[in-house]
Amino acid sequence: MSNIFCSTIGKKLIMSISGLFLVTFLLLHLSLNLTALVSKEAYKTVCDFMDTNIFIQIMVPVLALGFAVHILYSIIITLRNMKARPIGYSVSNRTEASSWASKNMFVLGAIVLCFLALHLSHFWAKMQLQHFIGGHGKEAYSLLIELFKNWYYCVLYIVWVIALYFHISHGFWSAFQTIGANNSKWIPRLQCAAKIYAIIVSLGFISIPVYFFFGLYTV
Amino acid sequence: MKFKLKIWRQKNAKTKGQFETYNIENVSPDTSFLEMLDILNDKLIKEGKAPVSFDHDCREGICGMCSLYINGRAHGPDDEVTTCQLHMRKFKDGDTITVEPWRSAAFPVIKDLVVDRYAFDKILQAGGFISVNTGGVPDGNTIPVSKENADESMDAAACIGCGACVATCKNGSAMLFVAARVSSLAKLPQGKIEGAKRAKAMVAKMDELGFGGCTNTQACEAECPKAISISHIARLNREFLCAKIQE
Ligand code: HEM
Ligand code: FES
Repeated sequence: MSNIFCSTIGKKLIMSISGLFLVTFLLLHLSLNLTALVSKEAYKTVCDFMDTNIFIQIMVPVLALGFAVHILYSIIITLRNMKARPIGYSVSNRTEASSWASKNMFVLGAIVLCFLALHLSHFWAKMQLQHFIGGHGKEAYSLLIELFKNWYYCVLYIVWVIALYFHISHGFWSAFQTIGANNSKWIPRLQCAAKIYAIIVSLGFISIPVYFFFGLYTV
Repeated sequence: MKFKLKIWRQKNAKTKGQFETYNIENVSPDTSFLEMLDILNDKLIKEGKAPVSFDHDCREGICGMCSLYINGRAHGPDDEVTTCQLHMRKFKDGDTITVEPWRSAAFPVIKDLVVDRYAFDKILQAGGFISVNTGGVPDGNTIPVSKENADESMDAAACIGCGACVATCKNGSAMLFVAARVSSLAKLPQGKIEGAKRAKAMVAKMDELGFGGCTNTQACEAECPKAISISHIARLNREFLCAKIQE
């Protein structure tokens, strides 16, 4: 085991496991969000659950750690990979072979990260964080109504989700390839599963701002 | 056919190189790319200029010596062929063709279009072999190998070590090469014994020599003249990670 994480494959193992952890988290996050489309009461119930459940309290710092590790290693790996090609080609024509997302994972990740900061300050800082520090959390449902009233906030949010779509449409299957859980039969299957997962997650997240922007809710 | 060639010229490893433009005419469409370069070199020599250096040997697609990044693709615009098997009919009359050397930190340019691919040999020396004494040629089927394993192993063994994977990968990664070598041996009983040791040694050497890591872009597979699948990279990851965890 000793120096497994010194190797390029070991470092990617960290990316892969932290990535799959984030992928799982996204699914949970989405299913909680979708309750906002059901009713104000349903949404309030899950928000209270998130604020008080002991398992969730433990998972919040774990999640933060997962993000930190994923981001730290994405920088280490990307820098090393750039160093391996110090002089580029003057003509490059190999685009058709590989997906656009696979070549731009760092940029896509960075976009996700920028909006994540904004997202945390708009929602988490006013909801769960307040609960943790003993302040008064904002009524969550009215927060949604208030923020998604602005068309530009909705656009930002959707751009964010689209970047996430591309990131996981490659990341999902790539993570299995990295841990070695893949073969010629499963590569196309996992790539298809990655697309399906990415579509479900991104459409799911996009449905929230659309629902509130067009005022489809009843208070 | 006639072409305008933009070729990378570089005196030696230390000097800075630059593109030079050459015009070439009366090229038959059935000329191979390397023959076209031979014709150009003949012309340059007659003019008293230095010919363009490039690597080649068998000229039948089996030795892996030829290289060249032609119009933005390793081994040029045709699929699943080496540069020596590429013909001028794949280009349009009057085309401008840009020819560059492989670009990778681990493959430094020696002269013009020739790069030093000794790094691949070093990786092989680290573990790309079996140390059992195989003796004379055994009778057929004395060592049972299933059809699937034999096929997988043969597919991986098709690697000619040309370095197109490294040249194409945006990270200059040698993973497809290492994967092919590890895979072809891991799938056979003779190679299995040293499997764990081999995977660790070859990956450690690959990392040490400054190749990048794999981000699963699949560019290598698409440009490999032998169409070696990235499923072998999954196997390499598996072999390496299992070997490390059991250490
Ligand atoms: C919820 C958010 C995120 C999820 C679900 C996620 C998921 C993933 C997954 C599954 C992988 C594939 C790992 C592999 O190929 O083995 C990956 C790769 C990657 N992620 Fe993320 N990620 C997220 C956020 C980020 C952020 C914020 C960054 C930071 C800049 C980032 C940067 C990268 C990079 C650069 C790679 C490619 C690594 C490589 O192929 O070597 N990701 N991500
Ligand atoms: S010269 Fe031998 S493969 Fe091209």
